[in-house]
Amino acid sequence: MTTAPDTISTETAAIEMRGIVKRFPGVVANDGINLVVRKGEIHALLGENGAGKSTLMNILFGLYHPDEGQIFVDGDEVHFHSARDAVDAGLGMVHQHFMLIPRFTVTENVILGHEGAGGLVLDRQAAAQRVGEIAASYGLKVDPAAKVGDLPVGMQQRVEILRALYHGSRILILDEPTALLTPQEVEELYGILGKLREDGGTIIFITHKLREVAAISDRVTVIRRGKTIGTRVTSETTAGDLAEMMVGREVLLRVDRPPARPGQEVLSCQDIVVTRPDGTTALDHLSLTVRRGEIVGIAGVEGNGQSELVEVLSGLRRPDSGSVHLNHRDVTQRDPNGFRAAGLSYIPEDRHGRGLVLDFPLWENVLLGNTEREPFVYDGRIDVGETKSITGRLMGAFDVRAPSPETIARTLSGGNQQKLIIARELQREPEAVLAIQPTRGLDVGAIEFVHRQLVETRDREKGILLISFELDEVLDLSDRILVIFQGKIIAEYESGKVTRTELGLAMGGRGQEEHLAAD
Amino acid sequence: MPRISSMVIVNIVNILGSIAAIIVALLAGAVLISIAGQQPVEAYRALLDGSINGKRAIAETLVYSCPLILGGLSFAVALRAGMFNIGIEGQLMIGGLAAGLVGALHLGLPLYIHLPLALLAAMAAGGIWGAIPGAMKAFSGAHEVISTIMLNYLAYRLTAYVVQKTGKWLPVQPSLQATKKVVPEARLPRILDGTRLHAGIIVAIIAAFVLWYLLFRTTFGYKVRTVGLSRGAAAYGGINWGLTITLAMLASGILAGLAGAGETLGLQGRQYTAPQGYGFTAIAVGLVGRNNPIGIIFAGILFGALNSGAPSMQADAGVSKEITQVLQGFVILAVAGFAVLNNSSLARKVLTSGQSRRRDRAAAIGTEPDVEVRAGPPAL
Repeated sequence: MTTAPDTISTETAAIEMRGIVKRFPGVVANDGINLVVRKGEIHALLGENGAGKSTLMNILFGLYHPDEGQIFVDGDEVHFHSARDAVDAGLGMVHQHFMLIPRFTVTENVILGHEGAGGLVLDRQAAAQRVGEIAASYGLKVDPAAKVGDLPVGMQQRVEILRALYHGSRILILDEPTALLTPQEVEELYGILGKLREDGGTIIFITHKLREVAAISDRVTVIRRGKTIGTRVTSETTAGDLAEMMVGREVLLRVDRPPARPGQEVLSCQDIVVTRPDGTTALDHLSLTVRRGEIVGIAGVEGNGQSELVEVLSGLRRPDSGSVHLNHRDVTQRDPNGFRAAGLSYIPEDRHGRGLVLDFPLWENVLLGNTEREPFVYDGRIDVGETKSITGRLMGAFDVRAPSPETIARTLSGGNQQKLIIARELQREPEAVLAIQPTRGLDVGAIEFVHRQLVETRDREKGILLISFELDEVLDLSDRILVIFQGKIIAEYESGKVTRTELGLAMGGRGQEEHLAAD
Repeated sequence: MPRISSMVIVNIVNILGSIAAIIVALLAGAVLISIAGQQPVEAYRALLDGSINGKRAIAETLVYSCPLILGGLSFAVALRAGMFNIGIEGQLMIGGLAAGLVGALHLGLPLYIHLPLALLAAMAAGGIWGAIPGAMKAFSGAHEVISTIMLNYLAYRLTAYVVQKTGKWLPVQPSLQATKKVVPEARLPRILDGTRLHAGIIVAIIAAFVLWYLLFRTTFGYKVRTVGLSRGAAAYGGINWGLTITLAMLASGILAGLAGAGETLGLQGRQYTAPQGYGFTAIAVGLVGRNNPIGIIFAGILFGALNSGAPSMQADAGVSKEITQVLQGFVILAVAGFAVLNNSSLARKVLTSGQSRRRDRAAAIGTEPDVEVRAGPPAL
């Protein structure tokens, strides 16, 4: 694997980082990374979680000091001591989690840090006007007077971009900018970035998603385990090549999935109503059915009732009205262990807060949800030896990399933690599986493993309900796709008979008008 | 090659941390004694002399240890469920009162019936006193720190009321501000001739091992610990939060009640209306013992030794015996300090592999999505 020749001279490079080394106690986060970003390009920085992308960008933005290496901006070597220095040199960064003050207006947030420029008195009028001008010139449709807390996530991100531009940034660093956006908002972001590029701006786009690299970048640099693996011109490479560079081995990007042969109904709910404590309706007479041998995916923008639906379908919450059936039994009034007894396994979205007790060893985590089942427990007494040996076997079968069943769960990587949860949930030989965001935060290799497990479980005649905010995951895995919007299922599609765009529109509720019109 | 499990390492780190904390506390105490113009070496020699030199000294140490061990266990089981039980003092007093009343009745029963009856009464009374704040939190969210403190005062006043106003029906002696003398058939027998050492210490040590088994080998203990560490995971695992914290507080109250019974049936022979303060020192014992029942045995003995050595320190070295209370304070501070250190660097260095540290670091700088810790829905 060789680095693509970078014959360009430093004069045309907006950013050059040479031999960057950054050590943290016991770990080398950046191990001699080289990166050349040309002026006026969108440069993707691709790598798995923990590869060192964010560390590198935090160094570039002056938040960390490199132990070794040099940084050049527009050909001049720089030594940033703080983010302020980086901003003064023309850099701007949009963090994954926005650094905005919700109670402030857009203008107030944008000018934050430069508010004193006109002396002690804050000239709101002039500031608002200038913010409006910049917004208009880049097609960032934002109302300068709106309170940031009232804006949707996509808009908040634009405020971040606006702030960087207001502060005179010509080089913009975006850290995983699409993580919280709907597909439509992502498209709009691409539009904005394209406009910035036309205007001569330079953009570094951090991501671990191959689709985004292909969609937006001119060139891409892949880093793995703190090292530069190589830089490619995006149009001259393939997703497969990039995945291999990123993971270090060949990766199946799409799960091999024979067509589903759905059988009998195994999990269903009818007419579920859930009202939130604030009086709003979370689930609005929602009904759905999962049959044996199929994966039903639920697509939707976060906050449309998914978490309440999961709680109802797992026994964590009793619905206000409606019923849940599992394996032909009415389980509406049961608790989570009652659902398990009826044949449910549940892979929760929140590994740390729900799926695991992080301070327990692995074997005690395998006990979670199994406290009423032999061979783990007899008459309230835990069979420690048996539970440990089951844990050991599960670790082997599901490739959980940890020294022993005694290892504390907190010390495992996210991928290994998730594999342990999946191992625990699938060893129960469930009739139905709730898989909620099963690959959230995992890297490509672990995602492949999780997807394969789910498909294999489906092929053993189990029913699977998949809820994910990753549209690609829903599209890749599901045999049927339901779209949830404002607590209702508003559309249903067969696998392969729907495009991303259609699905994205439906997720935004736009399918609903047709749906209502058809009634 | 045998692999040392990380649980064992955690325990070793905890034990070393506690020992280091005690050494630091003793050094700080030495500085204080020097400032006061006395000889720290002599003071500590006298302290040791009074607490471990000879049969009588050791017996006294164990006499003081008995309520501290039981109280420490009481604190530990509650804290394992995430409940900060400051009501041990009140539960101990109510337990002692029940034991004193039942023990003072002339029932004509043999020791092997009357003594267990008195112990059971103490466990029941202490248990109820402990379960009340547990249930209050489970049903209404009332914070246990507030409710247990308030129940302490209720316990003091109730004891005073019973002693002064119920002489017609109950065996009390208002003139002594105490219950009537416990009959010999209900006394915890002396187990070492010529000393005050009674069988309460055996009860305490058995209780520690029983609690260890309950916490680490039964589903009850598993549920208690899960609830204490992650309410969200407990809900996911089908564990009823409200029921579990109530049961943990019940167990905590039972142990505190036993501590009270040990004093009443073993040492004093009656329950007085004045609080003794063991319930608060017990919190320190629980913390120094790291909420581990076996660790608490040692922590209880340490604090017992400080109490029993204090008089000889005053007599032989001229150092005020209140200095031992300062020492106890230093031990608590040092243990808390070492616990912070443990969490930040020491334990992490020993425990985590490079990979996980990389992940922690990655999470710290934001390459991994932040994971929200959401509590489950209310269980009751």
